[in-house]
Amino acid sequence: MELSNYLYLAAILFAIGATTVLLRRNAIIVFMGVELMLNATNLAFVTFARIHGDLTGQVVAFFVMVVAAAEVVVGLAIIVAIFRTRRSASVDDVNLLKN
Amino acid sequence: MLSSAIGPTEIVVATDVVPPGLQLAPLLVLLPLVGAAILLLAGRRSDRWGAWFGVATSAGAFAVAVAVVVTMLGLPAEERVVDHRLFDWISAGGLDVAVGMRIDPLSMTFVLLVTFVGTLIHVYAVAYMAHDQDRRRFFAYLNLFVAAMLILVLADSFLLLFVGWEGVGLASYLLIGFWNHRRDYAVAAKKAFVMNRIGDLGLIAALMLMFATFGAVDFATVFEQAPAADVALLTATGLALLVAACGKSAQFPLQAWLGDAMAGPTPVSALIHAATMVTAGVYLVVRSAPIFEGAPTAQLVVVIVGGVTLLFGAIVGCAKDDIKKALAASTMSQIGYMILAAGLGPIGYAFAIFHLVTHGFFKAGMFLGAGSVMHGMGDEVNMRRFGALRTSMKVTWITFGLGWLAILGVPPFSGFWSKDKIIEAAFVPVDGEPWRAWVFGGVALLGAGITAFYMSRLFFMTFHGERRWNDGSGDEHGRGPRDGVVQHPHESPRLMTVPMIVLAVGSVALGGLLAFGDGFVHWLEPVTGHAAHEDPVLPVWLIITLTLVLVALGVLLAWRRYVTTRVPVAVPRGSVLTRAARRDLYQDDVNEAVVMRPGQYLTRSLVYADRQMVDGGWMGLAGLVGSIGERVRGMQNGFVRSYAAIMLAGLLVVIAVVLALSGGADATDALTGPTS
Repeated sequence: MELSNYLYLAAILFAIGATTVLLRRNAIIVFMGVELMLNATNLAFVTFARIHGDLTGQVVAFFVMVVAAAEVVVGLAIIVAIFRTRRSASVDDVNLLKN
Repeated sequence: MLSSAIGPTEIVVATDVVPPGLQLAPLLVLLPLVGAAILLLAGRRSDRWGAWFGVATSAGAFAVAVAVVVTMLGLPAEERVVDHRLFDWISAGGLDVAVGMRIDPLSMTFVLLVTFVGTLIHVYAVAYMAHDQDRRRFFAYLNLFVAAMLILVLADSFLLLFVGWEGVGLASYLLIGFWNHRRDYAVAAKKAFVMNRIGDLGLIAALMLMFATFGAVDFATVFEQAPAADVALLTATGLALLVAACGKSAQFPLQAWLGDAMAGPTPVSALIHAATMVTAGVYLVVRSAPIFEGAPTAQLVVVIVGGVTLLFGAIVGCAKDDIKKALAASTMSQIGYMILAAGLGPIGYAFAIFHLVTHGFFKAGMFLGAGSVMHGMGDEVNMRRFGALRTSMKVTWITFGLGWLAILGVPPFSGFWSKDKIIEAAFVPVDGEPWRAWVFGGVALLGAGITAFYMSRLFFMTFHGERRWNDGSGDEHGRGPRDGVVQHPHESPRLMTVPMIVLAVGSVALGGLLAFGDGFVHWLEPVTGHAAHEDPVLPVWLIITLTLVLVALGVLLAWRRYVTTRVPVAVPRGSVLTRAARRDLYQDDVNEAVVMRPGQYLTRSLVYADRQMVDGGWMGLAGLVGSIGERVRGMQNGFVRSYAAIMLAGLLVVIAVVLALSGGADATDALTGPTS
């Protein structure tokens, strides 16, 4: 199969993730969008590794996974803390840090 | 002591071998310097003993000076010029300046004058300032002044001389403004300080020129190389030195500060603004003789400045009613004589210094007399409120009278020996310029006549004529005013009269003593060189007779106007010249119109330009950044999703730019890879 199809898939996934991040208000859903974007990037990395025939892209994909895991932990903790104080998981309600 | 038969000698080159007796010399400066430091640091604790401590350090310096001079007299004339090198001071590249002392007859003459008159005035001030709360500070400043003045005259380089020069300027400033709680006194101090700065600029310019020309600023090198230097450079250096001398010695056109400097306590006026500091300009010109020798134009300017100031001061002195300001005008005029003599070249140097020494005695004596009068008259200085004080202040009257005779140049008093020689020297013709002898001789002669008039006016208005102060007795005698403060004139205490008596003795005898056998001239010869005797354009006896006739006329005129005629207490309107002279011939107005107001305008426009252009530019830039920030702040709206949108948009822009820059084809290659 043409390897560039994987790249198109990655681009579509990235676009879906980005749209989710931009359009949804629920912090959990936004988070899922972020994860989708990260995984789209991973797919692109692995594909490129395959195209170029070296392992660099695959190694970077592992790094991204590790960072994504850490980010999920911290991010979910923050969301839970905010939900406890404000009884809301909407990212638009968290807007004190402005101007 | 100076009359020992010494043959004529040429200018002596300084030796570095310091005879044992002269190694005491650093003590001259150290004693008063340490005295000033102790008095300033000890503070109120030294209030009780401070005054006498100040006297002691000054007297100690005088004792050392006597010891050094005695040693010097024991040396042959060829070994009397000594450079006593103390330590390295500035060693930077081509410039190598050491702190050292030039011990020679010229500097030691000054040292003797400064320490002797200084000590007498210290003693006088103990009584004069007895009731002043800050007496200790006063003596600290006086000691500081003595130390700085000794540095000035003992320095072996122009740079060290400059240190002393600034030191005396500082002491002068501090002492003029000693009673600085009075605004006009503080202003007078500032005026003196600022005008002296102009002179200092001249000295700095001279230092730079010397360094540029000779690569050194010490006397030995500069004087050795001066004869071979370019005339234009020497003229520039000489004129710069003259500017310095004009500032310090209150010579035209920098003379305006001296009259106001009388705001200081009278002992200060006597020591600093009559006997010593204001004569530093004369010292500078005589000391720099090798430079002026090579620059006849500069010499001519020196003579002109001296002649102008001589008449200027004399005319101003004729109209002043403030006894101290009249004396100040007289000082200015007498220093004009010295500067004139110093500009005449080798025939004048010795007499400039000679007149400086005798003037130091009689003028300091008269200032102390004026202080004594003020002391007895409740600090009154207006001579129209004096009169007939000879009965109540006998000692002051006699000592002042001796000083008066000395400044008039009546033989055999001191002034006759020195001033008359200057007039004779002014009449000596200069090759190629016959007008000089007549013009400068005439000016010096005329000055002697005016001097006689204004000094007699001062003397008569103060001590003779009828009483013009209120003695509180009402009009039972039918004379004397009944208005004004009630005065009880009385003689001053011993501590004040004794210094006056000593100075009066000097006014009587010093001139004749030093002139005996031309002793003083021979004493200075290792420094000033031997001047070949030249005949003036008029016979000497005629010059002396003319001078004495003019002096007699001046005294007679003053007698008629101020003794036989009633002196009004209210100031009469006077002629145009009188009114001009009362206002110092409009010197302040000229300075204000020519220098001060344009200067203020310049500074104001500079401030305006600074505010508008420099500050305005930077403030405008800051404001621009601020207002941009204000606008951009709106983007920080707190909505996470809009941040994310901006980040995404930014990312897309970055990608677009990267693709555009690397070229579409390559980018596609990069994406698809080589496998296709």
